[in-house]
Amino acid sequence: MRIDLRKRTSVPWWGELLAPLIAFAVTLVIGAIMFAASGKPPVAALHAYFVEPLSEIWSLHELAIKAAPLIIIAIGLSVAYRSNNWNIGAEGQFVAGAITGSAIPVLFPGASGAWLLPAILLLGILGGAAWAAIPGLLKTRFGANEILVSLMLVYVAKLLLDWLVRGPWRNPEGYNFPETRFFGDDARLPELISQGDWGGRANWGIVIAVVLAVATAIMLTRTRKGFEIKITGQSPRAARFAGFDQNATTMFAFLFSGALAGLAGIIEVSGAIGQLTPVISPGYGFTAIIVAFLGRLNPIGIVVAGLLLALTYLGGEAAQISLGVSEKIASVFQGLLLFAVLASDTLVRYRVRIVTRGQGKPA
Amino acid sequence: MIEAILISVIIASTPILIAALGEVVAERSGVLNLGVEGMMIVGAVTAFATAQTTGSPYLALVAAGLAGVALAGLFAVLAVWLATNQVATGLALTLFGLGVASLAGEPFVGRPGVKLPDVSIPGLADLPFVGPVLFAQSPIFYLSILLTVGVTWFLFRTRAGLQLRAVGDQPVAAHALGLKVNRTRTLAVLFGGLCAGIAGAQLTLVYTPQWIDGLSAGRGWIALALVVFASWRPLRVLAGAYLFGAVTIAQFHAQAFGVEVPSQVLSALPYLATILVLVAFASNRRFTMVNTPAALGRPFVPDR
Repeated sequence: MRIDLRKRTSVPWWGELLAPLIAFAVTLVIGAIMFAASGKPPVAALHAYFVEPLSEIWSLHELAIKAAPLIIIAIGLSVAYRSNNWNIGAEGQFVAGAITGSAIPVLFPGASGAWLLPAILLLGILGGAAWAAIPGLLKTRFGANEILVSLMLVYVAKLLLDWLVRGPWRNPEGYNFPETRFFGDDARLPELISQGDWGGRANWGIVIAVVLAVATAIMLTRTRKGFEIKITGQSPRAARFAGFDQNATTMFAFLFSGALAGLAGIIEVSGAIGQLTPVISPGYGFTAIIVAFLGRLNPIGIVVAGLLLALTYLGGEAAQISLGVSEKIASVFQGLLLFAVLASDTLVRYRVRIVTRGQGKPA
Repeated sequence: MIEAILISVIIASTPILIAALGEVVAERSGVLNLGVEGMMIVGAVTAFATAQTTGSPYLALVAAGLAGVALAGLFAVLAVWLATNQVATGLALTLFGLGVASLAGEPFVGRPGVKLPDVSIPGLADLPFVGPVLFAQSPIFYLSILLTVGVTWFLFRTRAGLQLRAVGDQPVAAHALGLKVNRTRTLAVLFGGLCAGIAGAQLTLVYTPQWIDGLSAGRGWIALALVVFASWRPLRVLAGAYLFGAVTIAQFHAQAFGVEVPSQVLSALPYLATILVLVAFASNRRFTMVNTPAALGRPFVPDR
C-alpha cells in the first residue's frame, strides 16, 4: 500500500478556505478520541474545552489578552516565511522585547508622563528587532542556518531574563521574589473597556494586533516590498533575475518579524503582567508559528487563527478546572492542529489516492 | 578528578551523539526532520515511566526507542508520503512531543528514577585510567560508539547506504533507476526516531534519573546543529558531540575553579557555542557543501 499524489492543475478557490476548516474538524475528532480514551465523555469535554470559555465576558477578555500576542507575532512570522526565511526564534525575540521595553520602568521607577508608554513600546520593538537581527546577519553574512541560530537564541534570551529578574533587576522591595518592580500607571498599556457590563482586563493589545494585520495585508499586496517578499519566497531565481537584493529582503524579514515579536513581548509585560518575572510566555512564540500556518500566512486569516489558538490556552485551563485534565493538553492540541493544517494543505494541492498493492504501477 | 570530569563529559555527550547520528541518516536520505527535540523528550518520559512502573531499565530503553519510532512514523506519513513542508512538520512534531511528554510526565514529577546500571567490560575495565573512563560505562555509551561505526560503515561501505545517499542527492534519478525513494526515506526517518528515542532514554536512565518538565532543554536542537557542524559525516558527529559535552560540563566546573560569573551565563554557553560553530562552519562553504544532501528538505512526489 502506498499513497499516490497527483498535483491538481488548479486549486479551487474554496480549497484555500476549506483547508483550515478541515484541519480544525480533524483536530476536534482526534481530541474527542483522546478524551474518550482517558475516560472523559468526549462531547462534554470538547464543549468545556472549546465552547465554555466563550460564554462569559471575563473569559472573552482573557481570549483577547491571549490572542493579541499570538496574532502580532504570527503576522511578523508570516512575512518571514513568505520570503522563505525560517525565523523560528520568535519566543526569544518576544522575551528580548519584553526586557528592553522594561528598562525604563525598572531602572527609573519614578518616570511618568505621556511619553513613557510610547517610549516603552518603541524600546520593545527595537529589542525584538535587534535579537532577530542576529540570525538575519549571520545568515546573510556567513550563511549560518537561521533556524538553529534563532532557536539557540531563545534559550539565551530566557537565561538573560532569568538572570535579570533574580539579579540586578530584582525588586528591592519585593521580599526577595524573582521579579522586578511593578510598572507605574503611565507605563501600563491601558485597558480597552475597564468599566460597565462589558468591562474587563483586555488591553489595547488586541486593537494593535488588528491594525497591524490590516497594515501588513496592505504592505504585502500593494507595495513593492510586498512583491519582493512574495517573489523571493516563491522563486529565488526569478528574484535574482529581477535584481532584487535577497540579503536585503532577508534582513527585512528578520527585522520585521523580530520587531513584531518584541512588540508582543512588551505588550504582554506592560499590559497583562505589569512586571518582569522569570517566565513571561506560555510558549507564545512557538504557538504563533501554528497561527501563521493556520492563517495561511495571510494577515487577516491570522487574526482568526490567533483567536482560535488563544482558545486552546483558555480551553486548557477550563479543562483542568472542570474535567481534571492537565492544562498541558493545550500544547498537545496545538501540535495536532499544526499537523492537520499541513496535511489538509496537501489535500488541497494534490489529488490523494491510496493505492493498494498491484494497482497503479507507474506507466 | 580528571577521571570524574571525563566520565561526566562522556555522559553529557552520549545523548547528543546518538540523536545526531540518527538525524545524519535521515538527512542523508533527503529528509530534514526538525522534530528531534520532540522525539527525544517523548523517549525520555517513556523511559522514565516504563522504568518506574516495570522496574526494568532495559525494558524502558526499548520502550523509549519504540516511542521515538512511533513519532517518526507520524512525521514520515506527513512529510514523506503527503509531501508536507518538512520544516513546519518537524516543528509540529517538536511542539506535539513537548506537549505529550509534559502531559504524560505530570504524575512522575519528583519521583526517584531507576538508573541503568553501568556495565564493566571484564579485563579492560581494570586498566589504569582508561579502564574506569571508557570501559565501565552505561551500555548506552557502548551503543553510541557501535552506532558511530555502524552508521559510517552503512552509509559509505554498503550498497543500501549508497542507495540511501542517492535518494537524498538525486531522488528523481534514483526513482528512474527503480529505487523506492519514499520507502527508503521512511526507513531512514524511522531510524532517526529510534535513535532520538534512545537518546532521550539516556537522559532519564543515565544522565539525571528523574523527570522534570522540559528535561531535554534543547539538546535535540543542538543535535540538529551538530549534523550541520559535522557536515553529515558520522565521525565528525562523534568529535562534535564530545566538544559540546565538554562545553556543557565546563559550565559545572567553572564555578568550582572560582570563575565569578552568574550561573545563567554558564548555562548559556552550550547554546552560544552552537551558534559560533554554525557560523564557523557555514563560512567554510567548500567543507560543508560537498557533503550536503542535494535534495535535503525537498519532498519527492513521483511524476506519473
